[in-house]
Amino acid sequence: MTLHRDDEASKMGMWIFLFTELLLFGGLFLVYSIYRYKNPQAFAHAGEELNVLIGTINTVVLITSSLTVALSITAIQKNKPKLAIGLIWLTIVFALVFMVNKYFEWGAKIEHGLFPGQEHYNTIEPGEKLFFFLYYFMTGLHGLHVLVGSVLLLFVITRIRQGRVTYDNFVFHENGGLYWHLVDLIWIFLFPLFYLIK
Amino acid sequence: MTDLVQKEHLNFYQDKQGHKGIWAWLLSTDHKRIGLMYLYSIMIFFLVAVTLGFLMRLELIKPGKQFMEPETYNKLFTLHGVIMIFLFIIPGIPAIFGNFVLPLVLGAKDVAFPRLNLFSYYLYVLGALFALSTLVIGDGAADTGWTFYAPYSVKTGTNVSLSVLAAFILGFSSILTGLNFLTTIHRMRAPGMTWFKMPLFAWSTYATAWIQVLATPIIGITLLMIIAERFFGIGLFDPALGGDPVLYQHLFWIYSHPAVYIMILPGMGIISEIIPVFSRRRIYGYNAIAYSSLAIAFIGYFVWGHHMFTSGMSGPARIVFSLLTFLVAIPSAIKVFNWIATMYKGAIDLQPPMLFAMGFIFLFTIGGLTGLVLGALATDIHLHDTYFVVAHFHFVMFGGTGFAFIAALHYWFPKIYGKMYNIRRATTAFWIMITGFMLLYFPMFIAGFRGMPRRYYNLLPRFQIENFISTVGSWILITGLLLMIINLFIGARKGKKADKNPWKGLTLEWQTDSPPSLENFDEIPTVKEAPYNYKS
Ligand code: HEM
Repeated sequence: MTLHRDDEASKMGMWIFLFTELLLFGGLFLVYSIYRYKNPQAFAHAGEELNVLIGTINTVVLITSSLTVALSITAIQKNKPKLAIGLIWLTIVFALVFMVNKYFEWGAKIEHGLFPGQEHYNTIEPGEKLFFFLYYFMTGLHGLHVLVGSVLLLFVITRIRQGRVTYDNFVFHENGGLYWHLVDLIWIFLFPLFYLIK
Repeated sequence: MTDLVQKEHLNFYQDKQGHKGIWAWLLSTDHKRIGLMYLYSIMIFFLVAVTLGFLMRLELIKPGKQFMEPETYNKLFTLHGVIMIFLFIIPGIPAIFGNFVLPLVLGAKDVAFPRLNLFSYYLYVLGALFALSTLVIGDGAADTGWTFYAPYSVKTGTNVSLSVLAAFILGFSSILTGLNFLTTIHRMRAPGMTWFKMPLFAWSTYATAWIQVLATPIIGITLLMIIAERFFGIGLFDPALGGDPVLYQHLFWIYSHPAVYIMILPGMGIISEIIPVFSRRRIYGYNAIAYSSLAIAFIGYFVWGHHMFTSGMSGPARIVFSLLTFLVAIPSAIKVFNWIATMYKGAIDLQPPMLFAMGFIFLFTIGGLTGLVLGALATDIHLHDTYFVVAHFHFVMFGGTGFAFIAALHYWFPKIYGKMYNIRRATTAFWIMITGFMLLYFPMFIAGFRGMPRRYYNLLPRFQIENFISTVGSWILITGLLLMIINLFIGARKGKKADKNPWKGLTLEWQTDSPPSLENFDEIPTVKEAPYNYKS
């Protein structure tokens, strides 16, 4: 079979896929808003447990990583594969920083006994339980996306090395970047919902 | 040189792309082979679910317990529903005919992402195995009904997690298929095929694919929440713990009602192909049919609430949902009128595909009109969760989509296999099936109207007559089904060689060989005329 190449099609496929990802989180945002509406005080109270500083750092880290990924695409378009690879590595390092922060954040919550099933958790109000459940579920699912995105970027690196992603054939790289921006975008909504709204 | 010439004339069965034996199937990215793999898998699951339906009907032949425990009955209807919905009717037409026929009617070599296509198939198989494994693993198949309503689905000891996970994986497969078709239709139409020269089957696949892509993620996330609930017990949908069970129902139906249109739209597309060919007339109101597909897809998003008229929704919400439900009937009716108008004064040729298509119109109209009875608030309060509903959805899903599916099988069979089945036997099978169908499901309307509730393993003596007729009907229907399958099976193996274009269709798939070659067309065709241009 002759392999045909259609960059427009690949990009279109990616955009549609991103829509489905947005809707996936959309369901969760819906649940969040309904329960927030029903338990405003409990949500506000539980929200104070979260560490705004770590959240802010992570937001900055993710936004910066979006920048590096965008720069890497420009680099490949200008036929500078080495630079592009370097920038992608930088992006992945940011992703790791994000995940390590997340690890400490979750770790601290769990130490306080705030994970479903733990003792302290069992004593808090139902509304707060819902808050924490949604917190773990949504940031957990988002974290999973960070990991998937990083793996995707590793593939981009391999393909650049193999010469399959080049200055005149970089749609795979672009799609990887698009996915990464999505991960970023979702976080930008998660951050205020959990950390900032009082 | 001779090698090259020979390769030109291999059909896709013979062209194994260098693979040996079974691998030529399992590793193939050819849309035709993938379509056929779906066909065989889906038929197997369908027969499993039909067997379950047969057993349930047997239990209900007369009042009292016949041979199964109430719990067994609960598991059977759940598994029957899960298989029929998630393994048969949702993937059915898109995955089989969308794959096999869509690139052909568009004049394309393949779908946009062939490898992704194969991946979707394996996701489908994985999901199916999960669904069926609930039968043997752990505490047995789920007993919640295919809707997995919380909080019961969170509390029951049966294998809900596994069934739910299966539905999640199947949803993912469905999303990827939809994505693939959308891109294919946007990017791979033959030169000259503008949007409004596209065959109507492609239009309906297009509308369906949007629903698949936009609605499925919601159920995906909802099902994940059910699984998380079962592991952590937070009470997301449990009123005792501050959760809201009606919210689950909303989330479930935000997907599952649009999914109903995933089920019916492709069927409508098939009927729109078949009717003009066997009436030898140009389709009446091409644009109306194309737009009504999109309209159904669009309005279909906003009617989910009608599943919850009785579960606690505000008055205004109920009225709005009821109104929208009535609205969605309009585009469906437009299609039915267009089909009939196409047949009017046509030279109708009652070949098996046409028979099944007319069966579709008949049964679907009954199903659709009774849907309005359920969509109206006052009557639904009375009929909710009765056998009236069971009859309604079997009429639309089985009588509608199921019959369209069978019509499509008979219509494209010669293209797929290059052979013809026995026409007389197919006709006989049709008449047996439609008789059995009416006997099986029509009495359910009456029983339901008189108050018989659904999802019970037993029945009150006053519903005895209806249920007896219904069970006998199931035997007749299944006989017809088996006859049809055997006929097709024999046809595929020993049937007479079929023409390239036995039905004298005008769409592109009939211009290429039967079975087509690996790349479908020797030369990508150029389209000049609108489809269905019969001179009459
Ligand atoms: C020979 C064919 C069939 C027979 C004998 C049959 C029979 C039945 C019976 C007896 C029930 C249980 C009703 C109750 O107790 O509430 C049922 C439920 C159902 N059937 Fe079928 N059926 C058949 C084909 C189909 C087809 C083709 C579809 C879909 C495409 C389908 C979809 C369903 C669904 C979704 C349910 C509801 C399950 C639930 O309550 O969770 N059936 N069927």
